[in-house]
Amino acid sequence: MNEQNIYMPYLMRIETVRDEAPFVKTFRLKFINEEILNRFTFKTGQFGEYSAIGEGESTFCIASSPTLKGYIECTFRQTGKVTNALAMKGEDDVIGFRGPYGNFFPIHEWKNKNLLFIAGGIALPPLRSVIWNCLDLRNDYKDVTIIYGAKTVDELIYKHELKTWDERSDVKLVTTVDPGNETPEWKGKIGFVPTVLDEVAPSSENTVAIVCGPPIMIKYTFPVLEKLGFTSENIFTTLENRMKCGFGKCGRCNVGKVFVCKDGPVFTYKQLKELPQEY
Amino acid sequence: MNIENKLLKLSSLEGLVLKLNQDGKQVFAPVKKDNIVNFAPVSAFHEMTQDYIVTARSAKFVVFPRVETILEMQFSKDNITLKDKDLSSIPDAVLLGTRPCDAAGFKVLTSIFEGDYIDNIYVTRLKKTTIISISCNNYDAKCFCTSVNVHPGGTAGSDILLTRIDNDNFLAEIVTEKGKEIVNKFDTLFDIAPDVNKDSLVANVPVEFDLSAILGKIYPRFESDIWVEQSLRCIGCGTCAYVCPTCGCFDIQDVSDGHNGQRKRSWDSCGFDLFTLHSSGHNPRNTQSKRWRQRILHKFVYVPEQDNILGCVGCGRCSRACSVDMNLKEHLINLIGELTK
Amino acid sequence: MDSIRKRARELLEKNTVKVVIGYGVGSDNTVRAIFVRRPEGVEELIFDETCVQNLAVYLLKNEIKQIGKLCIIANISALRTILQLASEHQIHEEELLCLSVTPNGELLEFTGFKDIENYISSCNRDLPDKESEMIKKLEKMSVDERWQFWMNHLSRCIKCYACRSACPMCYCTRCQVEYNQPQWITVEATLMGNFEWQITRTMHLAGRCVNCGECARACPEDIPINLLNYKTVLTVKEKYNISAGTNANIDSVMSSFESDDKENFIR
Ligand SMILES: Cc1cc2nc3c(=O)[nH]c(=O)nc-3n(C[C@H](O)[C@H](O)[C@H](O)COP(=O)(O)OP(=O)(O)OC[C@H]3O[C@@H](n4cnc5c(N)ncnc54)[C@H](O)[C@@H]3O)c2cc1C
Ligand code: SF4
Ligand code: SF4
Ligand code: SF4
Ligand code: SF4
Ligand code: FES
Repeated sequence: MNEQNIYMPYLMRIETVRDEAPFVKTFRLKFINEEILNRFTFKTGQFGEYSAIGEGESTFCIASSPTLKGYIECTFRQTGKVTNALAMKGEDDVIGFRGPYGNFFPIHEWKNKNLLFIAGGIALPPLRSVIWNCLDLRNDYKDVTIIYGAKTVDELIYKHELKTWDERSDVKLVTTVDPGNETPEWKGKIGFVPTVLDEVAPSSENTVAIVCGPPIMIKYTFPVLEKLGFTSENIFTTLENRMKCGFGKCGRCNVGKVFVCKDGPVFTYKQLKELPQEY
Repeated sequence: MNIENKLLKLSSLEGLVLKLNQDGKQVFAPVKKDNIVNFAPVSAFHEMTQDYIVTARSAKFVVFPRVETILEMQFSKDNITLKDKDLSSIPDAVLLGTRPCDAAGFKVLTSIFEGDYIDNIYVTRLKKTTIISISCNNYDAKCFCTSVNVHPGGTAGSDILLTRIDNDNFLAEIVTEKGKEIVNKFDTLFDIAPDVNKDSLVANVPVEFDLSAILGKIYPRFESDIWVEQSLRCIGCGTCAYVCPTCGCFDIQDVSDGHNGQRKRSWDSCGFDLFTLHSSGHNPRNTQSKRWRQRILHKFVYVPEQDNILGCVGCGRCSRACSVDMNLKEHLINLIGELTK
Repeated sequence: MDSIRKRARELLEKNTVKVVIGYGVGSDNTVRAIFVRRPEGVEELIFDETCVQNLAVYLLKNEIKQIGKLCIIANISALRTILQLASEHQIHEEELLCLSVTPNGELLEFTGFKDIENYISSCNRDLPDKESEMIKKLEKMSVDERWQFWMNHLSRCIKCYACRSACPMCYCTRCQVEYNQPQWITVEATLMGNFEWQITRTMHLAGRCVNCGECARACPEDIPINLLNYKTVLTVKEKYNISAGTNANIDSVMSSFESDDKENFIR
């Protein structure tokens, strides 16, 4: 990090822009400064503060795997001032980045286990990072199952990668869209993520579940996982609270005693159960 | 360093303020304007008032200004340049007439702005500020420093602490190297300290509640109705945080005209709805009672647990400034009552 | 006082209302808002000339609305606020019960907005003397002097928005200052931004301000911002012959027009 000024972002050049879904884009970003480019490391699950310089900063996770060197990626949905300003940027434009901040998924502790990833809507980015990280260390893990759902077919992001995962024999991918939103060509499942999870009923034996999605999906997914026999310390998720600084100073992201930016964003369901409902 | 005692005559303060100004330091002291006392730059000692318990607003703005440019940016046709803050442009300052609670408040701010990410802007401002406090020989019904382990003659956070001995003389306790520098530089203004019993010279502020009855006991009451009960009359104006010496919460925003811009950090308050509002419209602290709970818990649970320091110094400013009479001391006593029920 | 307590007790005992919003003794000989929910609590109620806070600010507060039907002990400011809020369709007759006391100590219980209108029409609604004089002084100043006056004051504004929170008519769920696309008003407190904020606040309250003075009372910087609003009170009265909070069916001055309006851009 910049030793002088903790608020000073690194400048990054946008290498590619990919439209993922309506109002959702992925940037591939490269540090302009060579030294930082070579020095920068992060762990899967961490996030950063991305700035549309002159407009402000926004919090996104790093959506690429730490095993990829030379660039990072972020995927964001246009929801407000900064994200709209970022969406105006194109290839070769410069944006700011501070980070990485926060804790990470303890993937080394998952060695020799089955992995079950469950994501809903725009919440796939943090999971995409950890999925690729684990796939790049494929021999360390047993079965890998991904359940991913969105409201509509259009809103499924990373379509290209979904295809890659689908084609891999060492990954089981289940995609689903909300009832009524299936298109004639749709070959995946139809139903809400928790329902589909219940249907697929993956074994909880020697398995960790990693869940990311809108609060409502999370709320209904946890009970299904518990029904399937997952213990709360084997269920992981990430929290999103409004953030400004990213390092525990601006005072807004706490859930009770815990600062999401420093102690999170990755939490186990067990930890969440002990926290008050402030997220 | 060991505290060293000196004598400072009231008449020497005039010279001290003058010399500090001549030395290029900006001197802030309590100034009375329209019957309200607040810290303001002074060029002469007589501009300072002696008639105050504590100032209406805290002195935190000297080290944590209400708006601070944290970096600058320049845009040209195909380039963006970021310019770091020039820390050397931060002026030397002296705070004269802070109370021991004010001085203790800086310790809380420091615990927030230091830690594993060091905010060098704050740290530099504090480093360049010498804090010359004056012990209290008076207090009012809103003060409760002694109930939160702050003492009206305490030296914590001050570089020099002055305690009034009589009409013409102060006992000057030189607490830090920074304080010593001032004394060394202007040594003709300081004399040998007399032998006095300092405790007899400062106000005897009664302890009004037992802090240990709160610490560690309110967090389990997170879901209690008491937060709703206590905050019914709070209108969520955020003033309490703005006047508080220990509130360090801030917002970060960019301002730009397309050619030049600044990233600015400005005061914020957990009392506001917008503080935690997501762009989706979801708000984890969507009612005033949740925000009131945050205020109390932050000061009495979260800060103590994270930084091993209490988040409130008992200055009572929040209660004096609150237009609907949310009296913190009273609420804390009421909390203890509920906790022991 | 006794009559208020007696009636409040009856209302709570009979469960006619769930909460009585009134005045009680505050810290250090001051008066504060209290929320009485049990009959025995009525003993804490007081009402005299020191009860200046406009309690109507609590009528729209969620946690208070949730308690159930409420009774408010209203001073003139609160009564006028109730009429103005009714004009703006923010409260309904059946949601609340209104008690007050005349200067001669007579208990008033209003049966509806009409009743409040009648009473208000007989009350003094003039601006307080101190503020009237200040406005006259400001009117006599040159533009430069006036600018200087407001620069002096508004340079102190810390954008805490206490003035907004304290104002019973500032009830927007999303205030103009919270919009950032575009950013109408700069977030940080700078002189320009402070002016933008106060101009916006004044204009949004033109024709709606009931001159209760809560904004200035709440301001931690003691900025006499109520003068801005009071000036509009006079202007609106003079130009449109409308006084906010005198009738439960007033058209909003700033968002209604007539064919003979002076401004013709709308035609
Ligand atoms: C740890 C973390 C990871 C995230 N990862 C992603 C991601 O990978 N992709 C993605 O699209 N979104 C992500 N978000 C949400 C994203 O930060 C917000 O949608 C975004 O900041 C909205 O900014 P805005 O300026 O466009 O919106 P505005 O509504 O204009 O927001 C103004 C300010 O509010 C804050 N803010 C508003 N909503 C949120 C929110 N939900 N979370 C945090 N801050 C908010 C921002 O600080 C912003 O400066 C993440 C949030 C967190 C906390
Ligand atoms: S100053 Fe008073 S009314 Fe305003 S937020 Fe603080 S406690 Fe609430
Ligand atoms: S919370 Fe109130 S009493 Fe405590 S330090 Fe802050 S202003 Fe002073
Ligand atoms: S969380 Fe609230 S009480 Fe704590 S420092 Fe921030 S504004 Fe002050
Ligand atoms: S209350 Fe005073 S300081 Fe706060 S925003 Fe209003 S005018 Fe500014
Ligand atoms: S984002 Fe600032 S404290 Fe967590």
